[in-house]
Amino acid sequence: MENCCSYYYNMDILIKEYKSLLTGALIVLEVATGHLTLGFVIGLLLAAMQVYGNRFISFTAITIQKVLRGIPALVLLMLVYFGLTSLIDMSPVVVAIIALGLRSSAYQSQVFRGGIQAIESGQREAALSIGMSRLMTIRLIIFPQALRLVIGPWTNIFTMEVKDVSLAYSIGVLELLRRGRFIIRYTHGNAMLIYCTVAVFYFIIVRIGNTLLYRLEDKLLIPGFERRGGKK
Amino acid sequence: MAGKLLIVENIHKSYGDLEVLKGISLELGKGERKVIIGPSGTGKSTLLRCINQLTPSDKGKVWLDGVEVTDPKVQINRIRQQVGMVFQHFNLFIHLTALENVSIGLTKVKGLPKKEARQKAMDALQQVGLADKVNSYPAELSGGQQQRVGIARSVALNPKLILFDEPTSALDPELIGEVLNAMIKLAKAGMTMLLVTHEMGFARSICNEIIFMENGKIVEKGPSQQFFSNPKHKRTQQFLHKITELYGEGR
Repeated sequence: MENCCSYYYNMDILIKEYKSLLTGALIVLEVATGHLTLGFVIGLLLAAMQVYGNRFISFTAITIQKVLRGIPALVLLMLVYFGLTSLIDMSPVVVAIIALGLRSSAYQSQVFRGGIQAIESGQREAALSIGMSRLMTIRLIIFPQALRLVIGPWTNIFTMEVKDVSLAYSIGVLELLRRGRFIIRYTHGNAMLIYCTVAVFYFIIVRIGNTLLYRLEDKLLIPGFERRGGKK
Repeated sequence: MAGKLLIVENIHKSYGDLEVLKGISLELGKGERKVIIGPSGTGKSTLLRCINQLTPSDKGKVWLDGVEVTDPKVQINRIRQQVGMVFQHFNLFIHLTALENVSIGLTKVKGLPKKEARQKAMDALQQVGLADKVNSYPAELSGGQQQRVGIARSVALNPKLILFDEPTSALDPELIGEVLNAMIKLAKAGMTMLLVTHEMGFARSICNEIIFMENGKIVEKGPSQQFFSNPKHKRTQQFLHKITELYGEGR
Protein backbone atom coordinates (compact mmCIF):
# COMPACT_ATOMS: atom_id res chain seq x y z
CA MET A 1 0.00 0.00 0.00
CA GLU A 2 2.73 2.41 1.03
CA ASN A 3 4.55 2.03 -2.22
CA CYS A 4 1.71 2.23 -4.59
CA CYS A 5 0.45 5.40 -2.91
CA SER A 6 3.17 7.49 -4.41
CA TYR A 7 1.90 6.48 -7.82
CA TYR A 8 -1.46 8.04 -7.26
CA TYR A 9 -1.55 11.01 -9.47
CA ASN A 10 -3.74 14.06 -9.47
CA MET A 11 -7.28 13.41 -10.61
CA ASP A 12 -7.14 9.76 -9.66
CA ILE A 13 -6.79 10.80 -6.07
CA LEU A 14 -9.83 13.03 -6.25
CA ILE A 15 -11.87 10.27 -7.85
CA LYS A 16 -10.78 7.87 -5.16
CA GLU A 17 -11.19 10.26 -2.25
CA TYR A 18 -14.21 12.37 -3.20
CA LYS A 19 -16.42 10.39 -0.88
CA SER A 20 -14.23 11.19 2.06
CA LEU A 21 -14.22 14.86 1.12
CA LEU A 22 -17.99 14.89 0.66
CA THR A 23 -18.38 13.39 4.11
CA GLY A 24 -16.09 16.16 5.34
CA ALA A 25 -18.35 18.70 3.67
CA LEU A 26 -21.37 17.20 5.41
CA ILE A 27 -19.57 17.47 8.74
CA VAL A 28 -18.86 21.13 7.96
CA LEU A 29 -22.58 21.59 7.38
CA GLU A 30 -23.38 19.75 10.60
CA VAL A 31 -21.03 21.82 12.74
CA ALA A 32 -22.00 25.09 11.00
CA THR A 33 -25.73 24.46 11.38
CA GLY A 34 -25.20 23.47 14.99
CA HIS A 35 -22.98 26.34 16.06
CA LEU A 36 -24.86 29.02 14.14
CA THR A 37 -28.15 27.83 15.65
CA LEU A 38 -26.66 27.74 19.13
CA GLY A 39 -25.16 31.17 18.49
CA PHE A 40 -28.53 32.44 17.27
CA VAL A 41 -30.41 31.35 20.37
CA ILE A 42 -27.81 32.48 22.90
CA GLY A 43 -27.08 35.62 20.85
CA LEU A 44 -30.72 36.65 20.87
CA LEU A 45 -30.86 36.02 24.59
CA LEU A 46 -27.67 38.05 25.23
CA ALA A 47 -29.01 40.90 23.07
CA ALA A 48 -32.32 40.93 24.94
CA MET A 49 -30.47 40.85 28.27
CA GLN A 50 -28.25 43.71 27.20
CA VAL A 51 -31.08 45.92 25.93
CA TYR A 52 -33.92 45.08 28.31
CA GLY A 53 -32.18 43.81 31.44
CA ASN A 54 -31.58 45.81 34.58
CA ARG A 55 -28.09 47.07 35.20
CA PHE A 56 -26.83 43.76 36.58
CA ILE A 57 -28.29 41.59 33.79
CA SER A 58 -27.13 43.98 31.11
CA PHE A 59 -23.62 44.09 32.60
CA THR A 60 -23.49 40.29 32.74
CA ALA A 61 -24.48 40.02 29.08
CA ILE A 62 -21.94 42.63 28.02
CA THR A 63 -19.18 40.91 29.96
CA ILE A 64 -19.93 37.48 28.49
CA GLN A 65 -20.01 38.99 25.03
CA LYS A 66 -16.73 40.87 25.51
CA VAL A 67 -14.89 37.85 26.87
CA LEU A 68 -16.07 35.58 24.07
CA ARG A 69 -15.18 38.12 21.41
CA GLY A 70 -11.77 38.74 22.94
CA ILE A 71 -10.51 35.14 22.70
CA PRO A 72 -9.25 33.64 19.43
CA ALA A 73 -11.53 30.92 18.10
CA LEU A 74 -8.68 28.43 18.09
CA VAL A 75 -7.90 29.09 21.75
CA LEU A 76 -11.58 28.86 22.62
CA LEU A 77 -11.78 25.49 20.86
CA MET A 78 -8.84 24.22 22.93
CA LEU A 79 -10.25 25.59 26.16
CA VAL A 80 -13.67 24.03 25.64
CA TYR A 81 -12.14 20.80 24.37
CA PHE A 82 -9.85 20.26 27.33
CA GLY A 83 -12.28 21.83 29.79
CA LEU A 84 -15.32 19.78 28.85
CA THR A 85 -13.84 16.45 27.81
CA SER A 86 -12.06 16.19 31.15
CA LEU A 87 -15.51 16.30 32.79
CA ILE A 88 -17.71 14.38 30.38
CA ASP A 89 -17.13 12.23 27.38
CA MET A 90 -17.97 14.26 24.32
CA SER A 91 -17.33 13.94 20.61
CA PRO A 92 -15.11 16.58 18.96
CA VAL A 93 -18.07 17.60 16.76
CA VAL A 94 -20.14 18.50 19.82
CA VAL A 95 -17.21 20.35 21.37
CA ALA A 96 -16.76 22.31 18.13
CA ILE A 97 -20.45 23.21 18.05
CA ILE A 98 -20.32 24.45 21.64
CA ALA A 99 -17.06 26.38 21.32
CA LEU A 100 -17.82 28.00 17.97
CA GLY A 101 -21.46 28.47 19.03
CA LEU A 102 -20.41 30.41 22.13
CA ARG A 103 -18.16 32.65 20.10
CA SER A 104 -20.85 33.09 17.47
CA SER A 105 -23.40 34.06 20.12
CA ALA A 106 -21.19 36.99 21.11
CA TYR A 107 -20.98 38.30 17.55
CA GLN A 108 -24.61 37.58 16.78
CA SER A 109 -25.72 39.32 19.98
CA GLN A 110 -24.17 42.55 18.73
CA VAL A 111 -25.93 42.26 15.38
CA PHE A 112 -29.25 41.60 17.14
CA ARG A 113 -28.68 44.42 19.61
CA GLY A 114 -28.22 46.82 16.72
CA GLY A 115 -31.41 45.53 15.11
CA ILE A 116 -33.44 45.83 18.30
CA GLN A 117 -32.18 49.33 19.00
CA ALA A 118 -32.97 50.40 15.45
CA ILE A 119 -36.69 49.83 16.06
CA GLU A 120 -38.45 53.10 16.83
CA SER A 121 -39.64 53.49 20.40
CA GLY A 122 -43.12 54.22 19.05
CA GLN A 123 -43.51 50.55 18.11
CA ARG A 124 -42.97 49.52 21.71
CA GLU A 125 -45.27 52.23 23.03
CA ALA A 126 -48.04 51.27 20.62
CA ALA A 127 -47.75 47.61 21.63
CA LEU A 128 -47.88 48.45 25.34
CA SER A 129 -50.77 50.84 24.76
CA ILE A 130 -53.00 48.06 23.44
CA GLY A 131 -52.29 46.01 26.54
CA MET A 132 -49.42 43.79 25.46
CA SER A 133 -47.00 42.69 28.16
CA ARG A 134 -43.33 43.56 27.77
CA LEU A 135 -42.52 40.01 26.75
CA MET A 136 -45.29 39.95 24.14
CA THR A 137 -44.08 43.27 22.80
CA ILE A 138 -40.58 41.90 22.37
CA ARG A 139 -41.75 38.62 20.85
CA LEU A 140 -44.50 39.86 18.53
CA ILE A 141 -43.42 43.36 17.59
CA ILE A 142 -39.72 44.05 18.24
CA PHE A 143 -38.07 40.75 17.29
CA PRO A 144 -39.93 40.18 13.99
CA GLN A 145 -38.89 43.64 12.85
CA ALA A 146 -35.35 43.52 14.24
CA LEU A 147 -34.64 40.12 12.69
CA ARG A 148 -35.75 41.35 9.27
CA LEU A 149 -33.40 44.28 9.60
CA VAL A 150 -30.38 42.14 10.45
CA ILE A 151 -30.53 39.47 7.75
CA GLY A 152 -27.83 41.40 5.85
CA PRO A 153 -25.30 41.63 8.70
CA TRP A 154 -26.21 38.11 9.75
CA THR A 155 -25.28 36.84 6.29
CA ASN A 156 -21.87 38.35 6.92
CA ILE A 157 -21.52 36.42 10.17
CA PHE A 158 -22.64 33.26 8.42
CA THR A 159 -20.01 33.74 5.73
CA MET A 160 -17.18 34.17 8.22
CA GLU A 161 -18.19 31.49 10.63
CA VAL A 162 -18.92 28.67 8.19
CA LYS A 163 -15.31 28.95 7.11
CA ASP A 164 -14.16 28.92 10.73
CA VAL A 165 -15.39 25.35 11.00
CA SER A 166 -12.03 24.52 9.41
CA LEU A 167 -10.42 25.51 12.72
CA ALA A 168 -12.12 22.55 14.33
CA TYR A 169 -9.64 20.27 12.59
CA SER A 170 -7.34 21.17 15.49
CA ILE A 171 -9.44 19.23 17.99
CA GLY A 172 -9.90 16.27 15.68
CA VAL A 173 -13.15 17.04 13.90
CA LEU A 174 -13.03 15.16 10.60
CA GLU A 175 -14.12 18.12 8.50
CA LEU A 176 -12.80 18.98 5.04
CA LEU A 177 -9.41 20.37 5.98
CA ARG A 178 -8.49 17.49 8.27
CA ARG A 179 -9.52 14.95 5.65
CA GLY A 180 -7.52 16.87 3.05
CA ARG A 181 -4.45 16.69 5.26
CA PHE A 182 -4.91 12.94 5.69
CA ILE A 183 -5.01 12.50 1.95
CA ILE A 184 -1.93 14.65 1.46
CA ARG A 185 -0.08 12.76 4.14
CA TYR A 186 -0.69 9.27 2.90
CA THR A 187 -0.34 10.09 -0.79
CA HIS A 188 2.90 11.94 -0.04
CA GLY A 189 2.06 15.10 -1.89
CA ASN A 190 -0.60 16.72 -3.99
CA ALA A 191 -0.90 19.51 -1.44
CA MET A 192 -1.99 22.15 -3.93
CA LEU A 193 -4.59 19.94 -5.56
CA ILE A 194 -6.13 18.85 -2.29
CA TYR A 195 -6.09 22.27 -0.63
CA CYS A 196 -7.65 23.79 -3.75
CA THR A 197 -10.38 21.17 -3.64
CA VAL A 198 -10.99 21.89 0.04
CA ALA A 199 -11.17 25.60 -0.80
CA VAL A 200 -13.68 24.97 -3.58
CA PHE A 201 -15.85 22.86 -1.27
CA TYR A 202 -15.90 25.62 1.37
CA PHE A 203 -16.57 28.20 -1.32
CA ILE A 204 -19.56 26.25 -2.65
CA ILE A 205 -21.02 25.79 0.84
CA VAL A 206 -20.72 29.51 1.56
CA ARG A 207 -22.24 30.51 -1.79
CA ILE A 208 -25.20 28.15 -1.44
CA GLY A 209 -25.77 29.40 2.09
CA ASN A 210 -25.65 33.03 1.00
CA THR A 211 -28.05 32.39 -1.85
CA LEU A 212 -30.51 30.75 0.51
CA LEU A 213 -30.23 33.65 2.94
CA TYR A 214 -30.88 36.18 0.17
CA ARG A 215 -33.95 34.18 -0.80
CA LEU A 216 -35.11 34.27 2.80
CA GLU A 217 -34.60 38.03 2.82
CA ASP A 218 -36.68 38.37 -0.33
CA LYS A 219 -39.36 36.14 1.07
CA LEU A 220 -39.61 38.14 4.28
CA LEU A 221 -39.46 41.41 2.40
CA ILE A 222 -42.35 43.70 3.17
CA PRO A 223 -42.96 47.27 2.11
CA GLY A 224 -41.08 49.63 4.35
CA PHE A 225 -38.01 47.40 4.77
CA GLU A 226 -35.20 48.12 2.33
CA ARG A 227 -33.82 45.24 0.35
CA ARG A 228 -30.04 44.86 -0.02
CA GLY A 229 -28.57 47.36 -2.44
CA GLY A 230 -31.59 49.59 -1.89
CA LYS A 231 -33.60 47.83 -4.60
CA LYS A 232 -37.34 47.83 -4.15
CA MET B 1 -65.86 59.80 42.55
CA ALA B 2 -69.07 58.21 41.39
CA GLY B 3 -69.98 58.60 37.76
CA LYS B 4 -66.57 59.76 36.64
CA LEU B 5 -64.81 57.44 34.24
CA LEU B 6 -61.40 59.04 34.57
CA ILE B 7 -60.03 60.95 37.50
CA VAL B 8 -56.57 62.46 37.42
CA GLU B 9 -55.47 63.84 40.75
CA ASN B 10 -52.45 66.04 41.32
CA ILE B 11 -50.14 64.30 38.84
CA HIS B 12 -46.46 65.25 38.96
CA LYS B 13 -43.74 64.18 36.59
CA SER B 14 -40.10 65.24 36.30
CA TYR B 15 -37.36 64.35 33.88
CA GLY B 16 -34.21 64.92 35.90
CA ASP B 17 -34.38 68.48 37.18
CA LEU B 18 -37.08 69.46 34.73
CA GLU B 19 -40.55 69.26 36.23
CA VAL B 20 -42.85 68.68 33.28
CA LEU B 21 -46.11 68.22 35.15
CA LYS B 22 -46.65 70.27 38.30
CA GLY B 23 -49.81 68.85 39.76
CA ILE B 24 -52.48 68.28 37.16
CA SER B 25 -56.01 67.30 38.06
CA LEU B 26 -58.92 66.65 35.77
CA GLU B 27 -62.00 64.50 35.45
CA LEU B 28 -63.80 62.92 32.56
CA GLY B 29 -67.32 61.48 32.70
CA LYS B 30 -68.50 58.64 30.52
CA GLY B 31 -69.17 59.93 27.02
CA GLU B 32 -67.45 63.25 27.69
CA ARG B 33 -64.85 64.71 25.37
CA LYS B 34 -62.20 67.14 26.52
CA VAL B 35 -59.39 68.82 24.65
CA ILE B 36 -56.06 69.85 26.12
CA ILE B 37 -54.39 72.74 24.33
CA GLY B 38 -51.23 74.68 25.04
CA PRO B 39 -47.81 75.56 23.65
CA SER B 40 -45.35 72.77 22.92
CA GLY B 41 -43.16 71.53 25.75
CA THR B 42 -45.97 72.14 28.18
CA GLY B 43 -46.43 68.52 29.18
CA LYS B 44 -49.63 67.73 27.28
CA SER B 45 -48.30 64.51 25.77
CA THR B 46 -46.63 63.54 29.03
CA LEU B 47 -49.97 63.95 30.77
CA LEU B 48 -51.67 61.55 28.33
CA ARG B 49 -48.82 59.08 28.81
CA CYS B 50 -49.15 59.28 32.57
CA ILE B 51 -52.82 58.34 32.28
CA ASN B 52 -52.05 54.93 30.78
CA GLN B 53 -48.69 54.88 32.58
CA LEU B 54 -46.62 54.55 29.41
CA THR B 55 -44.72 57.19 31.32
CA PRO B 56 -44.90 56.39 35.05
CA SER B 57 -45.88 59.43 37.07
CA ASP B 58 -43.86 60.49 40.11
CA LYS B 59 -46.70 61.62 42.34
CA GLY B 60 -50.46 61.80 42.24
CA LYS B 61 -53.15 59.32 41.31
CA VAL B 62 -55.15 58.22 38.30
CA TRP B 63 -58.38 56.24 38.48
CA LEU B 64 -60.12 54.58 35.61
CA ASP B 65 -63.64 53.45 36.28
CA GLY B 66 -62.92 53.19 40.00
CA VAL B 67 -59.63 51.30 39.61
CA GLU B 68 -56.46 53.06 40.64
CA VAL B 69 -54.15 52.96 37.62
CA THR B 70 -51.19 54.36 39.55
CA ASP B 71 -51.33 51.58 42.14
CA PRO B 72 -48.05 49.66 41.67
CA LYS B 73 -49.91 46.39 42.27
CA VAL B 74 -52.46 46.95 39.52
CA GLN B 75 -52.19 44.85 36.35
CA ILE B 76 -51.34 47.70 34.06
CA ASN B 77 -51.69 45.61 30.88
CA ARG B 78 -55.33 44.98 31.78
CA ILE B 79 -55.93 48.69 32.28
CA ARG B 80 -54.27 49.58 29.00
CA GLN B 81 -56.65 47.31 27.12
CA GLN B 82 -59.39 49.65 28.28
CA VAL B 83 -57.61 52.84 27.29
CA GLY B 84 -57.01 53.34 23.60
CA MET B 85 -54.21 55.58 22.43
CA VAL B 86 -53.77 57.28 19.07
CA PHE B 87 -50.29 58.64 18.42
CA GLN B 88 -49.01 61.67 16.56
CA HIS B 89 -46.78 59.50 14.37
CA PHE B 90 -49.38 56.71 14.07
CA ASN B 91 -46.95 54.04 15.35
CA LEU B 92 -48.53 51.28 13.29
CA PHE B 93 -46.69 47.97 13.47
CA ILE B 94 -44.74 48.24 10.24
CA HIS B 95 -44.32 44.49 9.70
CA LEU B 96 -48.06 43.84 9.82
CA THR B 97 -50.88 44.62 7.38
CA ALA B 98 -53.63 47.07 8.28
CA LEU B 99 -55.86 44.14 9.22
CA GLU B 100 -53.18 42.48 11.35
CA ASN B 101 -52.44 45.79 13.05
CA VAL B 102 -56.03 45.91 14.23
CA SER B 103 -56.52 42.20 14.94
CA ILE B 104 -53.28 41.48 16.83
CA GLY B 105 -54.62 43.09 19.98
CA LEU B 106 -57.82 41.07 19.71
CA THR B 107 -56.10 37.71 19.26
CA LYS B 108 -52.96 38.08 21.36
CA VAL B 109 -54.17 40.39 24.10
CA LYS B 110 -57.87 39.60 24.37
CA GLY B 111 -57.52 35.98 23.28
CA LEU B 112 -60.33 36.03 20.70
CA PRO B 113 -60.42 33.25 18.09
CA LYS B 114 -58.75 34.29 14.84
CA LYS B 115 -61.93 34.31 12.78
CA GLU B 116 -63.84 36.47 15.20
CA ALA B 117 -60.88 38.85 15.58
CA ARG B 118 -60.61 39.14 11.83
CA GLN B 119 -64.28 40.04 11.52
CA LYS B 120 -64.04 42.64 14.28
CA ALA B 121 -60.92 44.12 12.71
CA MET B 122 -62.67 44.28 9.33
CA ASP B 123 -65.61 46.07 10.91
CA ALA B 124 -63.33 48.57 12.65
CA LEU B 125 -61.46 49.28 9.40
CA GLN B 126 -64.72 49.66 7.54
CA GLN B 127 -65.87 52.22 10.08
CA VAL B 128 -62.88 54.39 9.25
CA GLY B 129 -63.41 53.88 5.52
CA LEU B 130 -60.52 51.53 4.85
CA ALA B 131 -62.32 48.33 3.85
CA ASP B 132 -60.32 48.25 0.63
CA LYS B 133 -56.93 48.64 2.33
CA VAL B 134 -57.03 45.77 4.81
CA ASN B 135 -54.13 43.93 3.20
CA SER B 136 -51.88 46.96 2.75
CA TYR B 137 -48.77 47.46 4.83
CA PRO B 138 -48.32 50.79 6.65
CA ALA B 139 -45.61 51.86 4.18
CA GLU B 140 -48.18 51.55 1.39
CA LEU B 141 -50.67 53.86 3.08
CA SER B 142 -50.85 57.64 3.20
CA GLY B 143 -50.47 59.39 6.54
CA GLY B 144 -54.20 59.93 6.81
CA GLN B 145 -54.91 56.29 6.07
CA GLN B 146 -52.29 55.19 8.58
CA GLN B 147 -53.83 57.32 11.27
CA ARG B 148 -57.26 55.91 10.51
CA VAL B 149 -55.82 52.41 10.95
CA GLY B 150 -54.40 53.69 14.25
CA ILE B 151 -57.87 54.79 15.30
CA ALA B 152 -59.35 51.45 14.21
CA ARG B 153 -56.68 49.60 16.22
CA SER B 154 -57.81 51.44 19.35
CA VAL B 155 -61.53 51.23 18.68
CA ALA B 156 -61.48 47.49 17.93
CA LEU B 157 -60.45 46.72 21.51
CA ASN B 158 -63.64 48.42 22.65
CA PRO B 159 -61.95 50.76 25.12
CA LYS B 160 -63.68 52.84 27.77
CA LEU B 161 -61.65 55.86 26.78
CA ILE B 162 -59.38 56.88 23.91
CA LEU B 163 -56.44 59.25 24.30
CA PHE B 164 -55.46 61.18 21.19
CA ASP B 165 -51.96 62.65 21.16
CA GLU B 166 -51.94 65.29 18.41
CA PRO B 167 -53.47 62.86 15.92
CA THR B 168 -53.35 65.26 12.98
CA SER B 169 -50.13 67.19 13.64
CA ALA B 170 -47.96 65.00 11.42
CA LEU B 171 -50.36 65.08 8.47
CA ASP B 172 -50.49 67.10 5.28
CA PRO B 173 -53.32 69.63 5.48
CA GLU B 174 -55.23 67.76 2.81
CA LEU B 175 -55.25 64.55 4.82
CA ILE B 176 -56.36 66.05 8.11
CA GLY B 177 -60.04 66.07 7.13
CA GLU B 178 -60.37 62.31 6.72
CA VAL B 179 -58.87 61.69 10.16
CA LEU B 180 -61.04 64.34 11.81
CA ASN B 181 -64.11 62.82 10.17
CA ALA B 182 -63.26 59.44 11.65
CA MET B 183 -62.90 61.10 15.05
CA ILE B 184 -66.17 62.99 14.68
CA LYS B 185 -67.91 59.74 13.85
CA LEU B 186 -66.45 58.21 16.98
CA ALA B 187 -67.54 61.18 19.07
CA LYS B 188 -71.08 60.95 17.74
CA ALA B 189 -71.13 57.27 18.69
CA GLY B 190 -70.58 58.41 22.27
CA MET B 191 -66.91 57.50 22.77
CA THR B 192 -65.18 59.09 25.73
CA MET B 193 -62.21 61.02 24.40
CA LEU B 194 -59.31 63.03 25.80
CA LEU B 195 -57.42 64.86 23.09
CA VAL B 196 -54.35 66.96 22.60
CA THR B 197 -54.85 68.87 19.37
CA HIS B 198 -54.48 72.20 17.68
CA GLU B 199 -57.62 71.70 15.60
CA MET B 200 -59.68 74.39 17.27
CA GLY B 201 -62.71 74.11 15.00
CA PHE B 202 -62.89 70.44 15.75
CA ALA B 203 -62.39 71.05 19.46
CA ARG B 204 -65.16 73.61 19.54
CA SER B 205 -67.71 71.54 17.69
CA ILE B 206 -67.10 68.15 19.30
CA CYS B 207 -65.76 68.72 22.79
CA ASN B 208 -67.44 69.54 26.06
CA GLU B 209 -64.50 71.24 27.67
CA ILE B 210 -61.24 72.89 26.71
CA ILE B 211 -58.26 72.75 29.06
CA PHE B 212 -55.43 75.20 28.52
CA MET B 213 -52.08 74.06 29.89
CA GLU B 214 -48.80 75.88 30.15
CA ASN B 215 -45.54 75.03 31.94
CA GLY B 216 -46.92 71.87 33.49
CA LYS B 217 -50.00 73.50 34.97
CA ILE B 218 -53.61 73.99 33.95
CA VAL B 219 -54.08 77.72 33.40
CA GLU B 220 -57.74 77.72 32.54
CA LYS B 221 -60.53 75.36 31.63
CA GLY B 222 -64.13 75.76 30.66
CA PRO B 223 -66.98 74.67 28.39
CA SER B 224 -65.79 74.99 24.81
CA GLN B 225 -68.20 77.67 23.59
CA GLN B 226 -67.50 79.92 26.54
CA PHE B 227 -63.80 79.21 26.44
CA PHE B 228 -63.37 80.49 22.93
CA SER B 229 -65.70 83.45 23.15
CA ASN B 230 -64.67 84.61 26.57
CA PRO B 231 -61.29 83.37 27.81
CA LYS B 232 -60.46 84.74 31.24
CA HIS B 233 -56.67 84.69 31.38
CA LYS B 234 -54.60 87.00 29.27
CA ARG B 235 -52.24 84.15 28.39
CA THR B 236 -55.16 82.07 27.11
CA GLN B 237 -56.31 84.97 24.94
CA GLN B 238 -52.85 85.33 23.44
CA PHE B 239 -52.56 81.64 22.73
CA LEU B 240 -56.00 81.38 21.16
CA HIS B 241 -55.29 84.40 19.02
CA LYS B 242 -52.05 82.85 17.77
CA ILE B 243 -53.49 79.45 17.12
CA THR B 244 -56.49 80.87 15.28
CA GLU B 245 -54.15 82.86 13.08
CA LEU B 246 -52.12 79.75 12.38
CA TYR B 247 -54.71 77.06 11.96
CA GLY B 248 -57.91 78.98 11.27
CA GLU B 249 -61.24 77.92 12.67
CA GLY B 250 -62.87 76.67 9.55
CA ARG B 251 -62.86 72.99 10.21
